[in-house]
Amino acid sequence: MISITTTIIDVVTDNRVYDTYVISQNLVMRLKGPSAEHIFGLDEFGRDIFLRMLWGTRYSLFLGAIGILASTIVGGTLGAIAGFYGNAIDNIVMRFMDILLAIPSILLAIAIVAALGPGLVNILIAIAISYIPTFARVVRAKVMSIKDQEFIEAARAVGASDARIIFKYIIPNSLAPIIVQATLGVAGAILSIAGLSFLGLGIQPPMPEWGAMLSNARTYIRDAWHITVIPGLGIMLTILSLNLVGDGLRDALDPRLKN
Amino acid sequence: MAELLEVRDLFIRYETVDGVVEAVNGISLKLDKSSTLGLVGETGAGKTTLAKGIMRLVPNPPGKITKGEIIFNGKDILKLSEADMRKVRGKEISMIFQDPMTSLNPVMTVGEQIAEVISIHEKVSSKGAMEKAKEMLEMVGIPAERAEEYPHQFSGGMKQRVIIAIALACNPSLLIADEPTTALDVTIQAQVLDMMKKLKDKLNTSMILITHDLGVVTQTCDYVAIMYAGEIVEYGSLRDVFKNPQHPYTNGLFGSIPSLAEDVDRLKPIKGLMPDPTNLPKGCKFNPRCEYAEEICRCQSPETTEVKGIHVVKCFKAQGLV
Repeated sequence: MISITTTIIDVVTDNRVYDTYVISQNLVMRLKGPSAEHIFGLDEFGRDIFLRMLWGTRYSLFLGAIGILASTIVGGTLGAIAGFYGNAIDNIVMRFMDILLAIPSILLAIAIVAALGPGLVNILIAIAISYIPTFARVVRAKVMSIKDQEFIEAARAVGASDARIIFKYIIPNSLAPIIVQATLGVAGAILSIAGLSFLGLGIQPPMPEWGAMLSNARTYIRDAWHITVIPGLGIMLTILSLNLVGDGLRDALDPRLKN
Repeated sequence: MAELLEVRDLFIRYETVDGVVEAVNGISLKLDKSSTLGLVGETGAGKTTLAKGIMRLVPNPPGKITKGEIIFNGKDILKLSEADMRKVRGKEISMIFQDPMTSLNPVMTVGEQIAEVISIHEKVSSKGAMEKAKEMLEMVGIPAERAEEYPHQFSGGMKQRVIIAIALACNPSLLIADEPTTALDVTIQAQVLDMMKKLKDKLNTSMILITHDLGVVTQTCDYVAIMYAGEIVEYGSLRDVFKNPQHPYTNGLFGSIPSLAEDVDRLKPIKGLMPDPTNLPKGCKFNPRCEYAEEICRCQSPETTEVKGIHVVKCFKAQGLV
């Protein structure tokens, strides 16, 4: 929501807000604490932290969501194919996923960004690739349990093709765990992006990104607590709420937990 | 009458870790247009495997049709490509599965599910398919408004009606019903059977009815095939088999149901169990359980012989050799 709003503001004002308030520096006012004018205070270059937090959602939340969407689609398709056909195809796909899974995801993301160079699209690719195996696993397990049910056989008996069975019967029936995994995945992806930015491999300054803000503010933590604490709290609260949404969705979608 | 389906010497095997399961062993049968064949036998006799064989839906691996021909409407369906076979399934041969509770997709409305078959096989718009689906629902006695509802909103008997509507939506020439009433209670059974029979007569469909309920067979079938351990041990018209049963196994089946005419204290069950299909007995497959079994039954497998007209049996005793 916020990220869409900021995008709209950017388009409407021809980037004037972004240029004047979000990235323009005002060294006289640097490190000033929260006040009525700047409710979250100003950072080490005198930029308004509140506005930078708002604009930062565009990178943190949006990148996270798109990255997870991409890995859900790719991972989900691979998992569905592996689970549906079994045997050799299953083995090839899942062993490849095991290789990806064997590398810690943050390390994998760092390696990809290091190889491709930092930048928006490269971070997106890194996040997407490192989350593909999780989705492939979840989807494969679900597909395997569904494909042996009688209604799949019944669908074959009326002449449905494999593609029709996968898209109209198996995927709609396995959506619940995918949705839950995706919400939890977005939280993880935001953390990964923040982590990458903190390490200097993610979003490059002066673009506002929560992890990068945290990293830059670290130096000033003794003089101005607010510039570290606010982005940190932002990341924490976002991830907490996404995890709660994920838990809630799981409870809502799992018929066994319903009374 | 014209012949619709002929199965010749069909063998189906399941290759499992524990050995080769000989599920169907040399079955031959014929079915005329618009007649009904009852396929009777115990659990594990290979009835469902035979039905899936005719649909070419035997899960492979582990299942495999190793030998035989299935001639449907003049062509051998074992030689069709998978794409051609898909055009046969649902359009020319339909199947009704045993358990209505699990045979419907829980995330699609029943209307969509009926419309789906129609749109797979016929060139109609999605609107036209839905219209036809509603007609089908009305035909099986469910109000058309309920097409928008999901399977969990229907009772067992109604779900089975929906499945019948799906099976008959494209007006197939052969309907295979695999124990269509086993999962339903008795009053609903009667309704469903009655409706199936009416629809079958109306649409001029042939039917293979798989069941282990002899009562159901008398109500609906013209011909009966008794299956045991993957073979047809006795075949004939309903009257032949019920009035003049030849095979000791057929007799055993009749002996194990209560009669209304006589007052019997105890039923006579057939002793023993179905043989292990990975390790079938030599000779006649029924010999370990047969009270008449003699030396010849233990070493030689009997040939199928004629009793009278189409009534055939696979037993040495009936041939007068024992």
